[in-house]
Amino acid sequence: MRTYFPLGRMTIKAVDDVSFSLHAGRTLCIVGESGSGKSITARSILQIVGRPGRIMGGQILYQPQGQKPVDIAALPARGQQMRDLRGRAIAMVFQEPMTSLSPIHRIGWQIAEGLLAHRLMDEKSARARAVELLRQVEIPNPEEAAQRFPFEFSGGMRQRAMIAMALACNPKVLIADEPTTALDVTTQAEILRLIKRLQDENGLAVLFITHDMGVVAQIADDVLVMNRGQVVEQAPVMQLFAAPVHPYTIRLLDAAKKLGMAAPPARATVTPGEVLLQVRDLSLTYPAQTSLFRKAKPPMPALKGVNFDLYEGENLGIVGESGSGKTTLGSCLIRVLKPSTGQVQYRLRDDRWLDLASLDRAGLRPVHREIRMVFQDPFASLNPRMTIEQCVGEPLLVNNLLSGRALQLRVRELLGRVGLPPDIASRYPHAFSGGQRQRIVIARALALDPRLIIADEATSALDVTLRGQILDLLLELQPKLGLSFIFISHDLGVIRYFCNRVAVMYRGEIVEIGDTEQICTSPREAYTQRLLAAVPEAEPAHRVLLTA
Amino acid sequence: MSDVTLSEAQLTWLRFRRHRLAMIGLTIVIALYVIAIFAEAVAPFSPEKSNARLVFHPPQAIHLIDTDDSGWHFRPFVYGYRLARDPVTLAATYALDGTRKTSLTLFPHGDPYRLFAFIPTDIHLFGPADPSQPMFLLGADRQGRDVLSRIIIGARASLSIGLLGVANSLFLGIVFGGLSGFLGGRVDWFIQRVIEFIISLPTIPIWLALAAALPKDMSPLAKYFCITVIISLIGWTELARVVRGRFLALRSESFVTSAWLDGCSRGRIIYRHMLPSLTSHIIASVTLAIPAMILAETALSFLGVGLQPPAISWGALLKEAQNVESIAAAPWLLLPGAAVALTVLALNFLGDGLRDAADPHAN
Repeated sequence: MRTYFPLGRMTIKAVDDVSFSLHAGRTLCIVGESGSGKSITARSILQIVGRPGRIMGGQILYQPQGQKPVDIAALPARGQQMRDLRGRAIAMVFQEPMTSLSPIHRIGWQIAEGLLAHRLMDEKSARARAVELLRQVEIPNPEEAAQRFPFEFSGGMRQRAMIAMALACNPKVLIADEPTTALDVTTQAEILRLIKRLQDENGLAVLFITHDMGVVAQIADDVLVMNRGQVVEQAPVMQLFAAPVHPYTIRLLDAAKKLGMAAPPARATVTPGEVLLQVRDLSLTYPAQTSLFRKAKPPMPALKGVNFDLYEGENLGIVGESGSGKTTLGSCLIRVLKPSTGQVQYRLRDDRWLDLASLDRAGLRPVHREIRMVFQDPFASLNPRMTIEQCVGEPLLVNNLLSGRALQLRVRELLGRVGLPPDIASRYPHAFSGGQRQRIVIARALALDPRLIIADEATSALDVTLRGQILDLLLELQPKLGLSFIFISHDLGVIRYFCNRVAVMYRGEIVEIGDTEQICTSPREAYTQRLLAAVPEAEPAHRVLLTA
Repeated sequence: MSDVTLSEAQLTWLRFRRHRLAMIGLTIVIALYVIAIFAEAVAPFSPEKSNARLVFHPPQAIHLIDTDDSGWHFRPFVYGYRLARDPVTLAATYALDGTRKTSLTLFPHGDPYRLFAFIPTDIHLFGPADPSQPMFLLGADRQGRDVLSRIIIGARASLSIGLLGVANSLFLGIVFGGLSGFLGGRVDWFIQRVIEFIISLPTIPIWLALAAALPKDMSPLAKYFCITVIISLIGWTELARVVRGRFLALRSESFVTSAWLDGCSRGRIIYRHMLPSLTSHIIASVTLAIPAMILAETALSFLGVGLQPPAISWGALLKEAQNVESIAAAPWLLLPGAAVALTVLALNFLGDGLRDAADPHAN
């Protein structure tokens, strides 16, 4: 099958000569990094590729048991036959549970819609079937849930509803396009288990698209590795993980295992230096909102009495699921947000102690030279209208440290330090990939010779091979520059690779803090145990996720 | 130049050039403004030159090829018309006279005028070779004046009122929108309520009241400026909202946060980091706001409270077409309306193209 995007003079071959077969009752995982064409492959099957994409050749044969095969690729995309297949024979679950449900229709109605559109049953029985489906996807109180709107559901609940919708017409094939990528690991594990159960009950053929080798190892029967629109390797899961052939597959697997839970950690054991940062009883409560015209909102605690110490030269990880307050904590430490109560004692280079929580704008200036921040999204954290030279040099310039020729030299030195050629200085951010941009952001953070870098999900937006590279870069720079890190992430593998100690956050509190190795091997708290159990391990011989 | 070294502004221009309709719009807008600047030279006649014997003269078509006994020549000309009277109703009718040809030429000497108000000259872009011969490409009005010349001269007032009005609006919009978006809180609340109040006012009655309050004996120039101010008093609200929205969106971008953490002062954050990202959006919104200004001027002048004769603007010209009899006798009196429509459409296409180029991710 080939799907091309003709764009003016050039054509992007998003899917180039891809062949595979999918069998009833089995799971085929398509794995690859961003831009590899895995989603377009899935969308091509349903003929819902966005413009200007077109299927240029090849066949997509769909053969239900005991019937003649149908070539989907030959059907007109808007024809009746294609519409009959969509949803009824082949159904799809999308990545983003926030946007793939209609916000203005009730959940039950959305599930029943497919049944009514295909005229499989009347309205009353469709409604009953919707409730039944919600029960099947393990949504509590299905009768009531069917009457609710999507915004009343959490991300995991919406993805369950999405699956219920996909299964409404008893399809034979379920295409799941990164259905768990936007979810927390514990929720991901639940959804994966659910899909597996439904597959076993209904004999579904599942086409599962993911970038996560851990998920592949846990659920796949067969694996298809894609790179730049082409299939580079295709094998049963055990064989692929045991003896990968293609260099790209090997690279992908190495990167995944490096950040996996079984790999040896990369960080050096450090003898803790003096205390650099002392956080005491740090709380942030968003005040109750009262307004003349709106309903009053109750006060919302985002951080509840957080305590920890950071020692010089160590890497402290902060791990937690979305909404656990880990980003809020990072923002409070660097004072993008002002905490409501508590102290953040920081020891400056000249051994003076300052309470960051009570400083004003002017007082924070010297602190912001020593504590720097690296943000999650490398595409949003560089000003698109400034050259790399201006971006990296900005902190030096505005603090009146360097200017003119000396600034130019320093910027080039910094770029060299993060592994980028100095001649890129005159380019603009849009000319760089995510990984390169994150290096530029790191160069900017290093410009003021900081002592502490707070990295908020700094590697989350990157592909797995790049993730390892960035972490290695930071580890390499650390002893040379005498840095300490606070590394905020939802990814335990990354934390385990990078951090000496880890603090586990849950609902605005630190539930457990200690040595990374000890927490990863023998966690004390029940929540930490649950979190660890939900991490998909990149080892198909060790499938614990679905049985747990 | 390779793609990687292009700045954001250059990329915007590249994206804009791909927008065909917008490029057409840009060409038309530039042409219109050039015509407005050199209006007296482009117009074949003085807009005040009247001739009681040529009242409601119909439009003449230009013929490019002239044939005579010695073969054919490239020599543009128009056929003359003969005035006749209907023997019963005594109404004036014009009949085509195939024997009379008025040949046209480039850069003829015609009615004297002052270019840019101080260079005395009598050379026009084109016109009849013999300046005493009439030529009415778009017909003549009730006093036998050339409609084409009047539309060209009127472009100056109508188009410049658009620019001046938008400049006023832009100033108010950026100041109030910027304050609102950057400071937030109570200031934002107050400014937004004021904007909502202004938007809720019925525009035309307010304009009419304000314009009617202007003293009758004002000079045309003073009146012109007052009208721009009146029009932009309402127009700034839209721009203020655009600016505020962009400020709010930008404020939460992480590059703005990191500029703050880099130690940038408030002024530097606004001028170095936020405003450059706003300019292309502002230019696009401004382009889309000009048509509203032009239409407002047209409406006011048409209703008789904007620019008044002898001042010439498209709205003032359309006043001639207010009664059915004159339209029935001379439908070409509506042509200033076509000029308004052309300008408004061209500006809208241009503005759409600019907006798409400035924000490629919006769609």
